[in-house]
Amino acid sequence: MQLIYEQSVAGRRGVKLPVSDVPAAPALPGSLLRKEKAALAEVSELDLVRHFTNLSRRNFSVDTNFYPLGSCTMKYNAKVLENAATLFAPFHPMTALLPGGVEFCQGTLGMLYDLGQLLADITGMDEVTTQPLAGAHGEMTGIMLIAAYHEAKGNKAKKKYVVVPDSSHGTNPASAAIAGYEIITVPTASYGDMDLELFKAAMTDEVAAVMMTCPNTLGLFNPHIKEISDIAHSHDALMYYDGANLNAIMGKVKPGDVGFDVIHVNLHKTFGTPHGGGGPGSGPVGVKKTLIPFLPQPRIVMDDDGKLLLETDNKGTIGRTANFFGNFGVMAKAYAYIIMLGREGLIQVSEQAVLNANYIKERLKAYYDLPYDMTCMHECVFSASKQLEHGVHAIDIAKFLIDKGYHPPTVYFPMIVKEAIMIEPTETESKATMDAFIEVMIEAARTAESNPQALHDAPLTMPISRLDETKAAREQNVCCAW
Amino acid sequence: MNDSHYCPHTPEEIQEMLSTIGVASVEELFAPIPTELRAKTFNIPPGMSEFETYSRMQAIAGENSQGMTNFIGGGFYDHIIPSVVDHLSGRAEFYTAYTPYQPECSQGTLQALFEYQTAICRLTGLDVSNASLYDGGTACAEAAMMALRVTGRNKIVVDGCVSPFSRQVLKTYLFNLDVEVIEIPPLDGLLNREELAAVLDDSVAAVLVQNPNFFGSIEDFTALADQVHGTGALLIGSVYPIALGILKSPGEIGIDIAVGDGQSLGNPLSFGGPSFGFIAAKKSLIRNMPGRIVGETVDRNGKRGYVLTLQAREQHIKRHKATSNICSNQGLCALRGLIFLSSVGKEGLAELARLNRDKAEYAKALLTKIPGVTVLLSAVTFNEFTISMPKNADGVVLGLLEKGIAAGVPLGQYYEGSENCMVVTVTEKRTKKEIDLFAKELEVALCS
Repeated sequence: MQLIYEQSVAGRRGVKLPVSDVPAAPALPGSLLRKEKAALAEVSELDLVRHFTNLSRRNFSVDTNFYPLGSCTMKYNAKVLENAATLFAPFHPMTALLPGGVEFCQGTLGMLYDLGQLLADITGMDEVTTQPLAGAHGEMTGIMLIAAYHEAKGNKAKKKYVVVPDSSHGTNPASAAIAGYEIITVPTASYGDMDLELFKAAMTDEVAAVMMTCPNTLGLFNPHIKEISDIAHSHDALMYYDGANLNAIMGKVKPGDVGFDVIHVNLHKTFGTPHGGGGPGSGPVGVKKTLIPFLPQPRIVMDDDGKLLLETDNKGTIGRTANFFGNFGVMAKAYAYIIMLGREGLIQVSEQAVLNANYIKERLKAYYDLPYDMTCMHECVFSASKQLEHGVHAIDIAKFLIDKGYHPPTVYFPMIVKEAIMIEPTETESKATMDAFIEVMIEAARTAESNPQALHDAPLTMPISRLDETKAAREQNVCCAW
Repeated sequence: MNDSHYCPHTPEEIQEMLSTIGVASVEELFAPIPTELRAKTFNIPPGMSEFETYSRMQAIAGENSQGMTNFIGGGFYDHIIPSVVDHLSGRAEFYTAYTPYQPECSQGTLQALFEYQTAICRLTGLDVSNASLYDGGTACAEAAMMALRVTGRNKIVVDGCVSPFSRQVLKTYLFNLDVEVIEIPPLDGLLNREELAAVLDDSVAAVLVQNPNFFGSIEDFTALADQVHGTGALLIGSVYPIALGILKSPGEIGIDIAVGDGQSLGNPLSFGGPSFGFIAAKKSLIRNMPGRIVGETVDRNGKRGYVLTLQAREQHIKRHKATSNICSNQGLCALRGLIFLSSVGKEGLAELARLNRDKAEYAKALLTKIPGVTVLLSAVTFNEFTISMPKNADGVVLGLLEKGIAAGVPLGQYYEGSENCMVVTVTEKRTKKEIDLFAKELEVALCS
């Protein structure tokens, strides 16, 4: 397909701008002006509409294809949530920051406050900040809160390390590094989670925090989680909960009850907001009481009369992690999702997410190696090691699935599983959809034995075949020349 | 009972699945969670229908003041959004997709992001752009961290005329790293160049400036770029993309890394988000860029296609040694930015920029006719300018809010001694009639 710039014709316009009703201002000095106008596309509205409509048709998406991408919780995104978010489009965030401005923003501030309360209950935390803009941003905020906690106790110099399991998301160590910590990685044991003995050996008073995903990236709930948390606390290390996998446990277990001190929640995973082709997400952070003094500013608080105010002068705060109040539009969708599903609905979400993952696990385990064969939570992780004997890799199976109309599961993550295939169906998929997917996965396993070349050649039905990634990295052509 | 109609199974299907798994109940699947750890309470209110949910959301939106006429900016701007932006970014194939890890079935998102990166490069006059960051504030912080890596130095100098919010975000990001942040207090709403010269030495990794700055002033940083480069530091410029329709581009100025907030490019105000941050840089800096980058390549048949590239910089490969922790970005908002820029186009963006300046200059002239009101005259401005009034700005602004006019951003809480000053923003959406009414109401507020 042509690039939009390749369709550009000088003088063509895509939208009519308002005609000026004021006199033209005197020209700015030439030294401040650009020599040439920015070479943006010049296309008609119809050209533009066709271009982006046709581009969109080159995507798989939840609305068009089953998308069992493990760790990403690609559930159906209810349409009413989109409508709800647009209700807030006209509200300027600066209004709330003007003197007395909160009076004019009680609806939006109230919704953020209520969302915080709901998330606090779901996660077992005492207060939630809605400022972080994505999961990794929440992680960074959370680890900074932990750093502030240790600093307030005079232990900043002593606390040097953050402990993570080797199955963790890459964002965990990357976020801890921004907060100035060194990383200790603990290997996974045969029972599919951080090795308890190695963990004990790694724990010293120099550890600031332990970052866990629970259920972890293998989709397994760690039975030792309470013990881990007790050990961490005995060293005055705080427990960080990566909420990426919260979809499995709503109403079943609260991270706060298990001993976690800080949690981020990915609203774009568990709470039904769309992923947008990579974002926007939203990563509210929940904390226990001891960490409230360090929360980002402005902090939304409620006075005795139920009026929402902004706290902006707290001396202990880590500061600001984003310009305003977070990705409000995303939070409006998540809030609508929570109030619509309600208590029983959320419990049902987790139950059926877990049911669906176990169903796929059981039906595929005769065909694919299942390195940790036990009851899983919301996702299951296979290995293509059997297929590798025929020279077929996880990526080949992924590409075969594309030809059959399925977005592939996550492959090669977690890194601790060789040739990993991580499947997360989510609760919104029907049995019929999963059965059809399972049949195709079985077909892939059979084809790996009978005709591995067919898998190496896939995909054949897409607008393009497999791409030369080495060429892309070598040439670094990231912008169309002008 | 089906409390979430988004969970489609019938009781019969659930039974079939349970028997395939070999358990008697769904509850059995939760056996790995020790009983003593189970949730004792779950106090979420009962659910409601789609209709009731939407009504509730309408009621919440109704609790905010409606129809405010905005003369405020401060990083978010009330600009027109062509209808095509909502319609095309509202294609579910775009908004219900994930990060394009599987390029063959994600060429829509990948090509759009490549086109977005191209638009940002052309707008900023720089060589490379990533596929978006969170917002303008975090983009400043990411750019500073990039400069720290590139130079191996440990000092960041920040012009006090940069948005106070972005400065706070920067300080929060850098607080736990071994980095010194030096802030240069503004001089008459401009960068204090003498003070900058006094702190600029070969330990400085980067200087961060903003153009137009928080006071609305446009500065020429061309000479500053040479001065900064002379010490081996990088110049980071936070810019306003609409102003780049006419203003000298970061590339022409000699800025090494340009950042900014993309909200004004087709994203609604939406109480502060989602918008997107953009970052563009000179080609030599590409390996130190944060976040996703889309690159062009060919498939097995030599056909052009697009992939995520240079992923060895990123957290999912490099973990704690990554150039940033960012994973999710603001892809859909960046797509909106691309559609916006492609809709207004090359001539339209320049026209839009001029329209903003014309309206602002009209308002500036009108407001300065009010007795006691003066305008900060140290520099030319784009669509924001600072006025000084004979009264404390806080009270004036609150009074006008009650009349449905968000008159400006008082500077007192951000700059000591500026209690009588506020920044007024006038975008192309403000009509002459609205500006005239604002001037009238301000005069009443000041003279009563």
